[in-house]
Amino acid sequence: MTSSEVTPSPTVTLPRSEAEIAARMKALEALMIDKGIMTTEAVDRLAEIYENEVGPQLGASVVAKAWTDPEFKARLLANATQACAELDIGGLQGEDMVAVENTDTVHNVVTCTLCSCYPWPVLGLPPNWYKEPAYRSRIVREPRAMLREDFGYDVPDSVEIRVWDSSAELRYMVLPQRPAGTESMSEAELAELVTRDAMIGVAPVRA
Amino acid sequence: MNGVHDLGGTDGLGPVAVEKDEPVWHSEWEKAAFALFATNFRAGLFNVDMFRYGIEQMHPADYLLSPYYEHWMHTAEHYAVKAGVIDPAELDEKTQYYLDHPDEPLPDRTDPELLAFVDAAVKGGAPARRDSDAEPAFRVGDQVTVTVDSPLEHTRKARYIRGRSGVVEHAHGTFIYPDSAGNGRGEDPKHVYTVKFTNAELWGDEHAEPNGAVYFDVWEPYLVPSEGAKA
Repeated sequence: MTSSEVTPSPTVTLPRSEAEIAARMKALEALMIDKGIMTTEAVDRLAEIYENEVGPQLGASVVAKAWTDPEFKARLLANATQACAELDIGGLQGEDMVAVENTDTVHNVVTCTLCSCYPWPVLGLPPNWYKEPAYRSRIVREPRAMLREDFGYDVPDSVEIRVWDSSAELRYMVLPQRPAGTESMSEAELAELVTRDAMIGVAPVRA
Repeated sequence: MNGVHDLGGTDGLGPVAVEKDEPVWHSEWEKAAFALFATNFRAGLFNVDMFRYGIEQMHPADYLLSPYYEHWMHTAEHYAVKAGVIDPAELDEKTQYYLDHPDEPLPDRTDPELLAFVDAAVKGGAPARRDSDAEPAFRVGDQVTVTVDSPLEHTRKARYIRGRSGVVEHAHGTFIYPDSAGNGRGEDPKHVYTVKFTNAELWGDEHAEPNGAVYFDVWEPYLVPSEGAKA
């Protein structure tokens, strides 16, 4: 087998304008509807799920529970899929989830250098920057410099940085450190502090 | 394949562009492109590994310059054409029609079963874990090296780990093997391990950031036993 046999010689077709992309997508959608494969209501329903139902608020509730319930935290770190299922959180692109814990000596950050793998059930759909070449190329090579330069997050040299490249079907989320001064806060109040970026590992949680 | 999608360790791609308060959807067409992943999977036009391979076969210039969900549109189109479900000439004609008549509505069709599938798929997922009788070749703590073979087709063996050595940190059991399923050859489940590669091992002592490592999930056929990696 040669490379010309397996990889069709692609031709450059882009960049397309926004109007051209929209028209091509509409044409493809129309054909899929005609073939009985798609409906506009299925498109609307999927869009609504990830706009209003499945998003980083779910991951934030998992983190807040882990901060306030040591037994839950132990179960989360042992098997994140099962622990999240206790909160009725799970599903597509989170069939096998792993939670990695930040400590005083270890900082974790998640990426997917080969495509855009991301734990949808706890974080929703990824932001564009997570999927774009700039992040995916450099975060495995110079994570400390990138966190400082691109995210304004200075991780001290004394803290080990672990980069999790989601190259198989395991999906990673970061369990960030609970910020100081939050001892009197309720689980719901704590959840409000937890951001998507903190659960990717590109920001700390700030009180 | 050694494609442009395999970005780990590529230099010079510039700073990350973070969009403040980014919406889930930037335009209406993105919603349809996203939905194709579910609807066309249900129609049997691809599995998730083939879906990725279709994106990898975009021209590198297109891959780097196009908005993200255009990648999804590309791979859905690729497999629909390949299966003979759509005719490329018809797609071009219809595209021109909607360019000329952007307010023309889409065909009307309802499908309660598809709608139920959407909710069930989001909630239930599509697990890639598969049972296998194969004994794992490696255990946690084993030293392993990634082979340097460069597959021509779909693989998850990123270039930046080839030839590198690390330590098995976790053994996860058996999952669908992308190097088979992604190339249309069946699931062929294989063991998956999380392997820790130190920065020095990946990038060399002179250029590696201190005090760090990459954890990469590796399918067993990519690995051979090794004598040890850089600490």
